[in-house]
Amino acid sequence: MSENKVLVIPCSGIGKAHGTVTRQATYYVLEKLRPEKTQTTCLALIVVDDEEALKLVKKYPCVTVDGCPYECSKKNLEAVGGNIAGSVMSTKVFRDNRDLKPESVTELGPKGEALAEKVAEKIVEEVDRILDGKS
Amino acid sequence: MWMIKKIGVISCAGEEIPEGTVSRTATRIVIEDLCPDNTLTICLPLFTAGHEEERAFAINFPTIAVDGCEKRCAEKGIRRFTGNPPDATIIVTDIMKKCNLNPKSRVQLDEEGKRLAMKVAEAVAEEVDKIMEKQLEQSEIPE
Repeated sequence: MSENKVLVIPCSGIGKAHGTVTRQATYYVLEKLRPEKTQTTCLALIVVDDEEALKLVKKYPCVTVDGCPYECSKKNLEAVGGNIAGSVMSTKVFRDNRDLKPESVTELGPKGEALAEKVAEKIVEEVDRILDGKS
Repeated sequence: MWMIKKIGVISCAGEEIPEGTVSRTATRIVIEDLCPDNTLTICLPLFTAGHEEERAFAINFPTIAVDGCEKRCAEKGIRRFTGNPPDATIIVTDIMKKCNLNPKSRVQLDEEGKRLAMKVAEAVAEEVDKIMEKQLEQSEIPE
């Protein structure tokens, strides 16, 4: 992994549509918006203290992306001493875009996909800020 | 006491690889379509985020781990936070080898990915049936 990268780590919560939104937003950033500057690692690997995953999240700046107030991504990274440089909450983005209600966990639908894009834009703001060295 | 417990299906949902998307999708197929009355799911990261309700469920109810790869994060998480192994573990890569289906994208499952998710879901459903049968055998049927 190049030195100048940011890790984006979604909660991927399986019980709520916003978990899917965080996951899709992360992929949108990784594969379309900032493919050269971002990467992800499985949150489950962090949960079970996988050595390689822990090294990554301690070394590189991380943006956590959570879908509910439990903040599983942020809390799990905090618990292992991860280098959290930014956090995005999809429900906060939804508050500003009430018309973009996701349909379900398995099918976000056009509105849910549009919400994921909005969340992705917030992630990109965080990624750019971190790489520009702004606090 | 005659009591049939629901089964917790816990997926790794690994973000890095298509197999993680398959594990997540398969879990939803099980709880929504194949075994909606007998199963539910729990977010694996909620265990470590310190949620007693989720841990208590996994301690007191049967569980099935659905893992995308041999790292078996869901299985390890269940062992670690409940003190017990899951009642069954299904690994996506094992099923991939058997049925020669290789999903290419982690973002949206392609046709192979969807077919694989269904195969994985069917394997999970078989384990659900076995656990339900075992529970029935062990239950005392009231007079």
